[in-house]
Amino acid sequence: MTTFLLQWLNPPWLAYALAALVHCGLLLALVVGSVAVCNWAERKIAGRVQDRLGPARVGGRFGWLQSPADGLKLLCKEDLIPADADSLLFRFAPYISLGASFAAFVAIPLSNDWVAQRLDAAAFFVLAVAGLEVFGVILGGYASGSKWSLFGAMREAAQVVSYEVPLGLCVLVPVMVAGTMNLVKIGNMQEGWFTNWLIFHDPFTFITFWVYLTCAVASVNRAPFDLAEAESELVAGFLTEYSGFRWSAFFMAEYGSMLAVSFLAAILFFGGWNGPVPIARWFGLMQENGPLAGYLGNLLGLANMLAKGSLGIVVMMWIRWTLPRLRIDQVLTTCLKYCIPLAAATFVGAMAWTFVARGGLNAGNDDATTRPGVATGGVQGEVAMTKSQ
Amino acid sequence: MSLFTQPIGLTHYLVVGAILFAAGVVCMVTKRNAIGVLMGIELVLNGANLNFVAFANPALRADPGRAVAWMDGHMIALFVIVLAAAEAAVALAIVLSFYHNHASVDVDEADELKG
Amino acid sequence: MNPINWHSCFFLLAAAVACAAALGVVASKNVVRMAVFLLHALGAVAGLFFLAGADFVGAMQLMIYVGGTLVLIAFGVMLTARRPFLSMDTKLAQWIAGTLVGGCLLAVLLRSALSVDDWAGPVSAAPRAQAEDLATAAPLGMGMLGVRVDRLDEPEAARREGMSGYLLPFEIISVHLLVVLIGAAYLARSTRPGEARLRENVEDKINAG
Repeated sequence: MTTFLLQWLNPPWLAYALAALVHCGLLLALVVGSVAVCNWAERKIAGRVQDRLGPARVGGRFGWLQSPADGLKLLCKEDLIPADADSLLFRFAPYISLGASFAAFVAIPLSNDWVAQRLDAAAFFVLAVAGLEVFGVILGGYASGSKWSLFGAMREAAQVVSYEVPLGLCVLVPVMVAGTMNLVKIGNMQEGWFTNWLIFHDPFTFITFWVYLTCAVASVNRAPFDLAEAESELVAGFLTEYSGFRWSAFFMAEYGSMLAVSFLAAILFFGGWNGPVPIARWFGLMQENGPLAGYLGNLLGLANMLAKGSLGIVVMMWIRWTLPRLRIDQVLTTCLKYCIPLAAATFVGAMAWTFVARGGLNAGNDDATTRPGVATGGVQGEVAMTKSQ
Repeated sequence: MSLFTQPIGLTHYLVVGAILFAAGVVCMVTKRNAIGVLMGIELVLNGANLNFVAFANPALRADPGRAVAWMDGHMIALFVIVLAAAEAAVALAIVLSFYHNHASVDVDEADELKG
Repeated sequence: MNPINWHSCFFLLAAAVACAAALGVVASKNVVRMAVFLLHALGAVAGLFFLAGADFVGAMQLMIYVGGTLVLIAFGVMLTARRPFLSMDTKLAQWIAGTLVGGCLLAVLLRSALSVDDWAGPVSAAPRAQAEDLATAAPLGMGMLGVRVDRLDEPEAARREGMSGYLLPFEIISVHLLVVLIGAAYLARSTRPGEARLRENVEDKINAG
């Protein structure tokens, strides 16, 4: 795309800036569009779980205009800032959350090599950035100047700090089995039939996925772990004083990080852009058969990723509307007494398994340690942008 | 405009590191809140870390032949980050303990050991 | 006109954010605002790490510093703030003395940073790095296990020996972390012998002030 723009725009930096903006806009559209769909799906699923219809009137048969209507309502709401609030921080907090949740998508590949930024430590980066979202929540809760908000923020801080440990251990298991933290490589390693997916690699990765699911639900603050906004005890927790657009920024951040952890789970455990059946290979839609075939194969991969990501979100919604909320002590007990020991045990088990059952997925990857690791002075972002300079 | 067109060198990194370091020192000296002092320490450590990482990169200087061991800089930066986390945990525990006993986090009140 | 160097642009952006946020930490009186400025400074430093080709260190910075240490600090602020927005004033004389010390230090550091010509920058534009070249995670991991994969082709045996990895520091740090964990938990526990008497003192103090 950059080369195409370079033919038409005279100062080259304008072409680069435009290309960067378009890519950024595409990613943003993915996140915001998924938020709109998720909002509608959440209402529908909640309705079905509770044996009612959910939205059925706005915009026709399935209530498909519900999300735009909600968005319009939120934008028209009065924008309140409490008198006790630290107004600068109060206004600033939602954007920290939103920015952190959006930044995770920089390193998540959406199809084979379709990634905004190729990072060698991509899995680690996604995990790190997803952990930053909590800072906006803490800040918002503190700056609101309200007891309920402060309690919500404290709970959130305690919960997230403790859940990052088992979540990191769970991500470490597939990373260790694959031998790399590069998400593109991890995805490509699982090509072929669904038996190649890392969740079916050995019994330990299978258990790890369920621990990951628990910890991911907890780390994005979804029920049954939504203690930070427990409406039966804390009014709405850290969200109590928020309204209008700032509230919807928190809302978008929550759905954005749900999508991010679902994508991460899809890549780490469920083959990423490789479908359960190697259709792309049967039809020759591979990179080596020319750019068009590669492009079509990547489109198929994108569809796969989106399907897996949405499935993850639907499972989270299903959990939310089925299970009752835990108490704060039960939340911490779940983490410290069950998730961390389980994750540590599966970590050791998977390590032993890769030692005993050598070969398999790991066979072709032994060169990982002998690769010349040279830290040259380029920035990765520069690689894509200035290749033709 | 020349800043935008010429490549970045080691000096640029060192200047940023120096500013962070100095800001951290001023923060440590002037804040009376114990947690503010802690934040100053974090800034100082970050300024130092930036220097380690910049020196580890041979492509940032005109004579790259002399610097080949990129790993040392990265490794020391990693150790500094981990030790900073440990230091913050202990410092916060001390601050909380002090707060339990004195209902304050003002470092000027911690003068009981003064002769 | 030379083509714009994007590396330099992103560097200047991150550097400006880092320096401005660091000055913000110094200038602000409110502890929570200081924490927000510190968040930006640390995040921008992580960006500078990425720009220097240290992407594992950058991710580590985001993970441990910003996601762990800073949340811990914010937690501490919330636990120790009696009034909603805590601020403590510093005397003007202390400000002047502190700024003087910091200014002298900055002058020394800048003087030494600008003194070596070699450091001003590469002669030509920085070599373009491929994503594969920036794979620093696996060599760092091997280095912590005691194998220097970047030194395997070192011709001198003595230098190969001297560069034999970081296994011992890694072990020391692990034990250190364990000690810190236990020590911090012991220091911060809430009930202790003689605590009740102290708590009464504290309550009197709060009621008085």
